[in-house]
Amino acid sequence: MTSMPKPKLDKHLPRNKLGLTIRNYEGVMSTLCAGCGHDSVTASLVQAFWELGLAPESAAKVSGIGCSSKTTAYFMGQSHGINTVHGRMPSVATGANAVNGDLHYIGISGDGDSLSIGFGQFAHAIRRNLNMLYVIENNGVYGLTKGQFSASADVGSTTKKGIANEQTPIDPCVQALTLGAGFVARGFSGDKAQLVPLIKAALMHKGFALIDVISPCVTFNDHKGSTKSYAHTYKYYHPLIHTDFVAEADAIIGEHDEDGALEVTLHDGGQLKFKQTDAGYDPRDKAQAVETLMTPSSNGEIRTGLLYLNEDSPDMHGSNQLPARPLNQFAHEELCPGSAGLEKLLRRYG
Amino acid sequence: MKPTDVKDPDYFHKVVDCQWACPAHTPVPEYIRLIAQGKFTEAYLVNRRSNVFPGILGRVCDRPCEPACRRGRVEEEPVAICRLKRVAADHRDEVAHLIPQKPETLNGKKIALIGAGPASLTVANDLAPLGYECTVFEAMHRPGGLMISNIPSFRLPEEVLDEEIEYITNMGVEIKLNHRIESLQSLLGEGYDAVFVGTGAPKGKDLWIEGREEAAANIHIGIEWLENVAFEHTKKIGEKVLIIGVGNTAMDCCRSSLRLGAADVKVMARKPREFFKASPWELEDAEEENVEILVNHSPKRFVVENGKLTGMEFELMEYELDERGRITETRVAGSKIIPCDDVILAIGQENAFPWIERDIGIEFDKWGVPVVDETTHESTLNGVFFGGDSAFGPKNIIWAVEHGHQAAISIHKHCQGLEVSDRMPRGVNLASAKMGVNEWMYSNTFDGSLRREMPLVELKERLSDRKKEVETGFTDAQIVTEVQRCLNCDVQTVFEAPLCKECDACIDICPVDCLSIVPVAEESVLRQSLKVPAQNLDQAVYVSEALPDTGRVMVKDEDLCLHCGLCAERCPTSAWDMQDAYIFIPHVTEEAEGVAAE
Repeated sequence: MTSMPKPKLDKHLPRNKLGLTIRNYEGVMSTLCAGCGHDSVTASLVQAFWELGLAPESAAKVSGIGCSSKTTAYFMGQSHGINTVHGRMPSVATGANAVNGDLHYIGISGDGDSLSIGFGQFAHAIRRNLNMLYVIENNGVYGLTKGQFSASADVGSTTKKGIANEQTPIDPCVQALTLGAGFVARGFSGDKAQLVPLIKAALMHKGFALIDVISPCVTFNDHKGSTKSYAHTYKYYHPLIHTDFVAEADAIIGEHDEDGALEVTLHDGGQLKFKQTDAGYDPRDKAQAVETLMTPSSNGEIRTGLLYLNEDSPDMHGSNQLPARPLNQFAHEELCPGSAGLEKLLRRYG
Repeated sequence: MKPTDVKDPDYFHKVVDCQWACPAHTPVPEYIRLIAQGKFTEAYLVNRRSNVFPGILGRVCDRPCEPACRRGRVEEEPVAICRLKRVAADHRDEVAHLIPQKPETLNGKKIALIGAGPASLTVANDLAPLGYECTVFEAMHRPGGLMISNIPSFRLPEEVLDEEIEYITNMGVEIKLNHRIESLQSLLGEGYDAVFVGTGAPKGKDLWIEGREEAAANIHIGIEWLENVAFEHTKKIGEKVLIIGVGNTAMDCCRSSLRLGAADVKVMARKPREFFKASPWELEDAEEENVEILVNHSPKRFVVENGKLTGMEFELMEYELDERGRITETRVAGSKIIPCDDVILAIGQENAFPWIERDIGIEFDKWGVPVVDETTHESTLNGVFFGGDSAFGPKNIIWAVEHGHQAAISIHKHCQGLEVSDRMPRGVNLASAKMGVNEWMYSNTFDGSLRREMPLVELKERLSDRKKEVETGFTDAQIVTEVQRCLNCDVQTVFEAPLCKECDACIDICPVDCLSIVPVAEESVLRQSLKVPAQNLDQAVYVSEALPDTGRVMVKDEDLCLHCGLCAERCPTSAWDMQDAYIFIPHVTEEAEGVAAE
């Protein structure tokens, strides 16, 4: 952390379509360790939201417990949010989403919060296809409790004192693919050029969008024996595909990309343009995505990018026929069935 | 682009915009920090080493530092640097014993200095403590040059001037008053080891248009008139006064006229306001005293009736400007007579050297200005040096001081038989400002306060007394606020590439978005590739060595940096550090002692 909050200077900054600068999307001063990857994820979220020109108050931030879960305070101070119980963020997000589908739900979780105590919650939010951006800030350790291995630690990765992990890791992207998620991506806190478009795409995707972000723990897991350090990630970093997000307003007519470029139009607006960095990788091919992630790379590559995208499956609102109008916009009379209505309802169970 | 060499003395010097803009390279942030700590005497002495006259310059400096101040790019107004200099002078304790003293023995070298203005006084100030016997020849009955004759007392009280000149005469410098040098040739025959010419640009420009001769009694040359006012030869002026010209001399003329009984004073400008030569604050000060400034009036003739000036006729000008603000077309749209009792011409001044014989080896150019080396200040005659306005035409006090410092080095080398052009290089010493975790040896918090306004004496009171100083100086509360506006640009961000993890922490926290990690490229491409493109080409970009993990480079655009140190506080490996950069500017003392930067 720093000795003071960032001064709110914005004379030099451009304004988005709402007339806001990026400063309007920042939050309170971070109390994370200096150099924590999570602060870069925060900065990427701020950047993406500003670039999309979404009003800060159109976002609802939800989180559980952990270093990652603290970060919802550090962006978009003008938005809604709940800091919930450890591992229970998906339930609260489900409830909130059910009664108000108008907001952009941003769930921030960590490898402990999602892959251990909240593993079941994580799985069922995917099954429900909850319309939200779900970010896992994945550093392989429990930072708040001084660096024990988490469920995402690789076999052979060591603690600071040199003890190796022997349990197999959970890959949240593989889990999400098998559970039916329509948007599965992996990013790295050190590569905003990749992460910011991924966040924008995820926000505009209708349904559950997972971004597993490798976000090094600078205090407990950034050493030579770690497979989630900055140095290790930079060394083996391998984007399979680069994604550009093009807002509807910016779509340029008549400009053609190079041969074979893939384009996908998103449900909630905007278009994705893919540039293949790994020949033949098609993010619309689920079997290829699963196969790629399940086949260990011979040279230790960490595969990143938008791994899988399916715009066609209905989200929770669609499949459960929930009202499009947020409950807070209904008058009391509309919401309350009255005594007679209650009687009628109860008779159905008599 | 190659990695930045932070050992180059100019690199960080340029980042301290105020110090770089100051001709005498006054270490501004350093003295502002001293003021913040209540060390007014130390702040005064830091100033004095560079600019010799902190009390004087704290009131009437041309302030090239302020337009340069980084604060003016971050928000609207620069730090009130000049006002804070006056704070150091106003609140200092006795400094006489802390100033370089007359040595016990002289070195046997005699220096003649012509004109007791800021240039000669600086030369004497620098040389006398080294044992040089300095004699200053002054035509007027008081020392100070234009500081006494041209700058009105309501801007610069005589006591302030006298006190700072006295520090120099106390070093054993003799000032021969009422002693005009009529012939350089005969002075050269008097056995001086070197001669310094600091005679200024004493000739005010005249305006030879119709009626000039007939109305001569009521037409005054600005700088001559100001001198007559200062020495009380002129005690009053007509009711309606026109000032021709819109430079700083014009501002002093119009404000002095008000104090000598004029009721209606108009400053007549030939061009629109953006072409005015006067400093913005001097224009404001004049307008605050209800002086009217009329633009686009070009003098046509003096109107004379019965042998007496009654007015002036002006052509009304129209100008076409291009998008860069340059005049492309000029038209005369008519003419107008403006009645007046007196006219003061303040349209510029020139050098005049009637007392320098043209056959003694001093070369003059076609404008009658001596040919002077810009570094050594030596003329084409060995041992004769020029400085101040007499060297390169009219500039200002702070330039005269710097010329004095440089000429003193040359005179020392000349007298010691050393190569005059062989100068000691500048240097930079870097020392970490880190005191502990997130603790620095300077106040790194950003204070958003706006520039403090100088309190002024009430209008009626100031006009009733020509010598009443208009500006009363900052109050204690104003000092406390204004010092915190300084961004401490001399505490530099210094980067060690091998330590960097590329975690982006510094980039994310930077409040002015001046940091980026990008692939290395040539400068024009690199500037555009940054998080916020570096558009201000006057400001450097700091480029690191290749980073260990990706081979990219850390780039910092120096333009808007607040020197808040958040990058260094957020850096997990101290790859970024805040380091106090002391810019070493050698004066003759260091040249004589052979003490260079570490």
